[in-house]
Amino acid sequence: MKSASRKIQSILMGTAVAVGLGLSAPAGAEELRIGYLAPLTGGLAQTGIDMRDGFLLYLDQHGNKLGGMDVKLIIEDEQGKGDVAVTKAKKLVLQDKVHMLIGGVLASTGYALAPVSTELKTMYIPSIPAADDLTQRQLKNFPYLIRTSWSSSQPNHPLGQWACDQGYKKIVTIAADYAFGYETVGGFQKAFEDCGGKIIQKIWPPLGAKDFGPFIPTIKADTDAVFSLMVGPMPAQFIKQMRGAGFKKPIIGGGTSYDEFVLPFMGDEAVGDVSALHYSAALQTPENEAFVKAYRAKFGKVPSYYSENNYTTAMWLDEALKKTGGKWPGAEELIKIMVGIKLDKTPRGPVSFDDMRNPVQNIYIKKVEKKKMFGYDKDELWNTVIKTYPNVDQFWTYGKDKFLAQPVYDKNFPPCKFCE
Amino acid sequence: MGSQNFKIAAVIVSLLVLLIIVPYCNSFVVLLATRALVFAILAMSLDILLGFTGLASLGQAAYFGVGAYLTAILANNYGFGLKWDFWLMIPIGMAVGGALAAFFGLFAIRATGTYFLMITLALGQCVWGLAYRWNSMTGGDNGITMKGGRPQFGIDLTSDINFFYLTFGFFVATLLALYILVRSPFGKSLLGIRERELRMRILGYNVWLHKYVAFIIAGAFGGLSGVLWAHANGIVTPETVVLTTSVDALLMTVLGGAGTLVGGAIGSAIVFGLREYVSTLVPWWQYVLGGVYVLTILYLPTGLMGIPGRIRQWRNSQTKRETTKMAPAPS
Repeated sequence: MKSASRKIQSILMGTAVAVGLGLSAPAGAEELRIGYLAPLTGGLAQTGIDMRDGFLLYLDQHGNKLGGMDVKLIIEDEQGKGDVAVTKAKKLVLQDKVHMLIGGVLASTGYALAPVSTELKTMYIPSIPAADDLTQRQLKNFPYLIRTSWSSSQPNHPLGQWACDQGYKKIVTIAADYAFGYETVGGFQKAFEDCGGKIIQKIWPPLGAKDFGPFIPTIKADTDAVFSLMVGPMPAQFIKQMRGAGFKKPIIGGGTSYDEFVLPFMGDEAVGDVSALHYSAALQTPENEAFVKAYRAKFGKVPSYYSENNYTTAMWLDEALKKTGGKWPGAEELIKIMVGIKLDKTPRGPVSFDDMRNPVQNIYIKKVEKKKMFGYDKDELWNTVIKTYPNVDQFWTYGKDKFLAQPVYDKNFPPCKFCE
Repeated sequence: MGSQNFKIAAVIVSLLVLLIIVPYCNSFVVLLATRALVFAILAMSLDILLGFTGLASLGQAAYFGVGAYLTAILANNYGFGLKWDFWLMIPIGMAVGGALAAFFGLFAIRATGTYFLMITLALGQCVWGLAYRWNSMTGGDNGITMKGGRPQFGIDLTSDINFFYLTFGFFVATLLALYILVRSPFGKSLLGIRERELRMRILGYNVWLHKYVAFIIAGAFGGLSGVLWAHANGIVTPETVVLTTSVDALLMTVLGGAGTLVGGAIGSAIVFGLREYVSTLVPWWQYVLGGVYVLTILYLPTGLMGIPGRIRQWRNSQTKRETTKMAPAPS
């Protein structure tokens, strides 16, 4: 009996000491709690894993610290659904008391989370969601939002110009039937037609389509090229079926049609196709080479733009928090600091913010090539950069005011003047 | 009758416990409880069809979605339903849900069993397609964000806790209304249809009309839950009306126990608890949810509400065995 009570006593003592230590230990660094939302189950799970891994890689390389603050990263599965993302975001803010929310994949998730950030006065970084209006016509509703990725139409304006410069006169677009597709096609069409080209047909297969049999035969024969915007599992099937159906003309596309994420699932039929994005894993800079090698060594695959954008997001936060001396300055203040930071050495190249909190960055026109890169011994598909448009902002050459005066790109805007 | 009174008392006590405990929980739990209550209303509306009329519908999300979309569209475009006129929004939402059900019912009620399931599924997906494609009205896949926030009329519903009380009130009112309904002569004849449709027809009941009215009532309460959902969630997307919402409602009802009304509420609480809460704790939450579904269907076809009955049955069979064992002794 006596020994038992002594045992209890010693346990209590031990606990007391442990609690005491626990209380005194974290005097060093302040804790930064980040709520991270990515789809880890469902159809977008692989995308979500790429995002998360990009962010984790940066934390891993920097001792789990951003600007001297100890990071507590709380990852929640948003399942690729706006409704779920809202619930999880509220859990993160209300229960876990996070300082900021990062993530989401789909534009619709971005639109769902932005009002939550306003309502709960919590910083939100859409590190992938590209919906144009988040940092354009609707930005005034979202004072706590800062975007580190891109806007949907941003890379497609230069691509429209590039296509025009190649001498293409008529182009048919075929794109997934949802907002991201509309904005991608819209940006491409606007720049292409302003340069003198003609979009002669727009085809909208449903999001997630895997059989393009009903659509391919309707493509007009007199087109010079096809512009595609495919997402998720669609791109590999699309190219295979297009080439299988005997389509010999050039195919170009929005970034997600040929992202590093889908290249391993494509065959030689994709070689020669051209796309545009603000990142390519085949970018020949020391920063990118180091990033690709570190990422591949840790996760066993080539990083996609999903990975890079989140890696850079972490880097941006790191720089911003260094300026505050490792203290949490509050959401508004941190956004103010972040907006002023220009990063020169990110894997994707130099990045800064425009005055509507969207990145100004290089846009790369990329051609799919089969080759060896960075000392890897196998022939693989890579997005070789064939032209760089430096420091492109979301308004292209139109200027902010003129651009914002037109409505957001939609299924019917710009109108298809040359379709009959 | 005594057992019935006991059941009512149990429901009242658990409701009171819920009302007292939830406000003291952290705000995320309040949020989840509110959502679970909204879905409980949806599941109970479905129970009128599934449990009391014997019609398994896979289209309940349609009425839910119509109520939610209407609330969001009226609030955003016309500022309607954000002040005292929120109280008008409730009957409007119910009327629209009921009207849609009246329309769909014309097609669906002819069928029974699997065919009924398929038709309601198809009709439900029509509404989803509309929500997804009618960009100018519904915002397509981006959905509609409720810009004006929640209604304010003296009581500030923007506070999560006030909104919880409101939702709780509607939940209790729905439970009461549907309880009275299923105990009414009309409800009894629905039960008759569930048990033996042919006999009811021979007895001279207009079976089609009974089913049709039940279908409309279910639609109306589906619409009510939709109105509440729009405000609970703050955003309405095609995800709200997609097939999985219908399936969720069906599973909640089956999980809790069809034909019991409160079963839907229990099912809703469990599904929300597992899906929204366990998923924040472990990455393999889907297996937990799947496991619960499979086990329920295999071992508790009458749902969780069927547990007391099963225990009683088991106990009876035990005592019966005891007595048969005892019986030969005297001789």
